[in-house]
Amino acid sequence: MAAERDEELTRALALDSIRGFEAIVYAYQHRLYAFALSMSGEPMDAEEIAQDTFMRAYTALSRYPGDRILALKLNAWLHQIALNVFRNRARKRKLRLVPLDPDAPVADSAPGPERQALSRAALRELANLVSGLPEHQRAAVVLRCVQGMTYAEVADLLGQPEGTIKASVHRGLQTLKRRAGWLSEVS
Amino acid sequence: MELLETDLRDLGQVRAPEGFAERVLAAAGIALRVSDSFAEVETSIGVVYVAWNGEGISAVRRGGTVREFERWFATRLGRPVRREAAAPERLARQVAAAIAGLDRRLRFDLSRLGAFEQDVLRKTAEIPRGEVRSYAWVAREIGRPRAVRAVGNALGNNPIPYLIPCHRVVRSDGALGQYSAGGPQAKRAMLQHEGVDPGWLEILAGNGARFVGSRTTQVFCLPTCAHARRIKAPNRVYLRNEHEARGAGFRPCARCRPVAS
Repeated sequence: MAAERDEELTRALALDSIRGFEAIVYAYQHRLYAFALSMSGEPMDAEEIAQDTFMRAYTALSRYPGDRILALKLNAWLHQIALNVFRNRARKRKLRLVPLDPDAPVADSAPGPERQALSRAALRELANLVSGLPEHQRAAVVLRCVQGMTYAEVADLLGQPEGTIKASVHRGLQTLKRRAGWLSEVS
Repeated sequence: MELLETDLRDLGQVRAPEGFAERVLAAAGIALRVSDSFAEVETSIGVVYVAWNGEGISAVRRGGTVREFERWFATRLGRPVRREAAAPERLARQVAAAIAGLDRRLRFDLSRLGAFEQDVLRKTAEIPRGEVRSYAWVAREIGRPRAVRAVGNALGNNPIPYLIPCHRVVRSDGALGQYSAGGPQAKRAMLQHEGVDPGWLEILAGNGARFVGSRTTQVFCLPTCAHARRIKAPNRVYLRNEHEARGAGFRPCARCRPVAS
């Protein structure tokens, strides 16, 4: 389903670069924000990373010929850019750990009836916890468990063998589980 | 572990802050043009999301969350949609009446769709409640008799199901065919909701009966045509194909146009 949606989006983009890009922003804004929040653990950073990702995508797309746009695997491509943006920022300044502000919303969420599992505060705590993982584990855990990619897709995106990814995800989840004991109290 | 993984999936459902997409587009120098609004409307088939703009109704969807609707709309129609607390009262009334089969005076905005898609959807909008047509029939009626599969694709992408009744387009062999708004079971339920008996259509098709003729008028119809349903049992003749019908002296119905003219 997601792949079909991506095909529709790239087709629209090839037809009309501006309206096509607009559709991509609306289709991917939450997804890329969630990715950036999970990687950085901080809402301000998350918004900047996600916005930067879209801007880079826009610049790149304006130079792509139509057949290259049509061949894009949009989901993987956008996540790749987001990952690069995140890494560049992390390199420039070691991402600070901001003291938690329990009143700040994790996002302006309007959860549907079935999406009441974790409170905003708890989600933000979880994002912060995830962002504390070593980077190679973090990317694997976020792409696989938060963004719902397959192991094959994650392996492709991170340029590592599937076995390595599985091990990273496993170890990352173990660490999170050890540290996440308090989550249920917050939620 | 399972609990943690559920929580992580929840994290993936986090929403970007309000206005985020608009800020991105502004930064890219793209002017906004939000012209569509949407709201929930109560109907006889349950609550549906209805989107509209100055031209008419642009999209309808049943089920899912507000966010899923927004995402689906953005993907399908390539533009944002703004949520309203409620639809204009007249629109809500018309939509509910249309789904209940009481009103057909709805305006649709199909302008973002391709010409072929528009033709398919406009033709489909003409199919009366309680009746079905085949994909091949739609293809023929819009002057593209060989584009049967493309008709199926266009209907599969129908942004305005229920109101543009793609559920009334079925396969020539009596099978219901695909239904993007919830699969074959949902299609069956929609047809039953409108008084069509899909099982009867399957039996007819299984027996090779494509048309129903009237001995009194010597006219033959598609089985669900309102005219065909009025034929009394003793006068009713089941016909396999056009050749057989014409050979027996029957003329095609001008209302349901069962064969190419």
